[in-house]
Amino acid sequence: MTDLQPRSASPAAASRAVVEAAGVTKIFGSGDAAVAALETIDLSIREGEFVSLIGPSGCGKSTLLRLIGDLTAPSAGDVRVNGKPARQARLDRDYGMVFQAPVLMDWRSVARNIELPLEIMGFSREERTRRSAELLRLVELEGFEARHPWQLSGGMQQRVAIARALAFDPKLLLMDEPFGALDEMTRERMNLELMKIWGRTGTTIVFVTHSIPEAVFLSTRVAVMSARPGRITKIVDVDLAQPRTVDTREDRRYFELVTEVRETLRRHEPQGAIEEVEADRIRAEGLG
Amino acid sequence: MSTALPPAVGDGASPGRTRRLSGRRRVAGLVLIFVVVALAWEGAKWLGGDPWRIHGSVLGLAVDYEHFPPFRWRIADDLSLPHVWDVIRAFIDPAQRGGTPLGLDLIGRAAFTFREAATGFAFGALLGLLLAILFVHSRLAERAFVPYVVASQAVPILAISPIIVVATQAGWLSVAVISTYLTFFPVTIGALRGLRAADPRAFELFRSYAASAREILWRLQLPASVPYLFASLRVAAAASVIGAIIGELPSGIPDGLGSAILNYNQYYITAPERLWATIVACSLVGLCFVGLVRVAESLVTRGRYRTLEIA
Repeated sequence: MTDLQPRSASPAAASRAVVEAAGVTKIFGSGDAAVAALETIDLSIREGEFVSLIGPSGCGKSTLLRLIGDLTAPSAGDVRVNGKPARQARLDRDYGMVFQAPVLMDWRSVARNIELPLEIMGFSREERTRRSAELLRLVELEGFEARHPWQLSGGMQQRVAIARALAFDPKLLLMDEPFGALDEMTRERMNLELMKIWGRTGTTIVFVTHSIPEAVFLSTRVAVMSARPGRITKIVDVDLAQPRTVDTREDRRYFELVTEVRETLRRHEPQGAIEEVEADRIRAEGLG
Repeated sequence: MSTALPPAVGDGASPGRTRRLSGRRRVAGLVLIFVVVALAWEGAKWLGGDPWRIHGSVLGLAVDYEHFPPFRWRIADDLSLPHVWDVIRAFIDPAQRGGTPLGLDLIGRAAFTFREAATGFAFGALLGLLLAILFVHSRLAERAFVPYVVASQAVPILAISPIIVVATQAGWLSVAVISTYLTFFPVTIGALRGLRAADPRAFELFRSYAASAREILWRLQLPASVPYLFASLRVAAAASVIGAIIGELPSGIPDGLGSAILNYNQYYITAPERLWATIVACSLVGLCFVGLVRVAESLVTRGRYRTLEIA
């Protein structure tokens, strides 16, 4: 981690597009069983932004995130990350990924879990130790480095997962409902933690969530999506002051924005079974 | 923030305590089962065995007791089920007139057979694991080879062992090969399952790191397979002892448990307790071997689970 200084807000840097999706379509299955999970998505995310993708189950928000990470390929359209094709960006290790579950290796201690990507990427032992110590401090888990995942609470495990994603200093962080499995209180605390980390690292973050308050609290922009087919119906600019603190949640503007996002979601609510598409996606992808 | 940190679940000392406690329980369980089996054994003989008599002195008191069972069952007579104390005494009595006690003789044989079994186990485990790694990386190889692997295990080892003995010249090596033959299969099946056991998202995580297939194997698939691997290694450990004993029979190796089984089979009519003593020795070798694998497992997986009790 070379840049733990306060983030620089240089306008030149801020204008560079980190993620560019143009006409991205994703169809699962074929023939009669084909389901359009995403239809002609256009989205551009600039450096240093925090963009949330929010929408009902089956709107393809996770799929969009996975397309950015080249964990799945688009049926049509083009995804570019850091100006490169998504696949090249993945091979260049341009992004870090955090899932809803921490997905920690239960045979590794906390520190060794954080060092996992560093080992794969061939960092020296000293560098690995230095970085994991630094990251443990960043996610406030000092003293837990020798513990194993089962000895940590769910929130702590997710903090380890975030530290692991940041370990190799990626300029882009993809987060797929990272706090979805946590209780409300832990989630709110983790949101504050994430804001602090974002403030200190300046990483661009794409964040998938089900929670409207969470999306508004964290983001600079919220992309509201609808299902069947998955589309971005509106992008809400969140003009709340930085840094976001506990007080942000008391702000009148915060409530206005929450209402705006909620109403946008409601307006595009599909009739009937929205779960079906999600179930299809899961089946098509072979995910559990 | 530090004040809000939830406490870590459990403390460092608890896993060790769990292990010690369960170790003592396991020994107690073994002893208990032994006593229960011995009681059932003698109970059957009490009801339907041959008449018996204790005649002698215990602690200076003259004892003369005779028992006539109410029934006569062939399965409980002295030839089918020698008395527990006769089997125990067989360990102490010399194997040959004026020779060493049978127990000592069996210990030497058990060590010999154990060495063969360990060699076969090592090769078998390695072969089994390599096959599983091959299959997990190549669907084609899996489809082509797995039926043969399964078929190989459907052939009785007794039919194959003479072939191996002739091919490798009767000796230590042929025994190890036969033991390998019996060992690799459970390891292949267990490892194959284990190599695919990791969380699908963990595979995505490694994909996001642009990790090579080798990195995925070493840092994800192999560590994730450890619980499955050890379950199959325990099966393999017991099978390797059987393989070693069976391999000794056609090889004519005189130093192991195999020749003792052959020998006491022939003298079963006159001294059934010796065959029983040898059977006990065989199962103890298997038990020790499986126990060693367990110890290895708990060392490898130290700290990995909430408790060290792994079924």
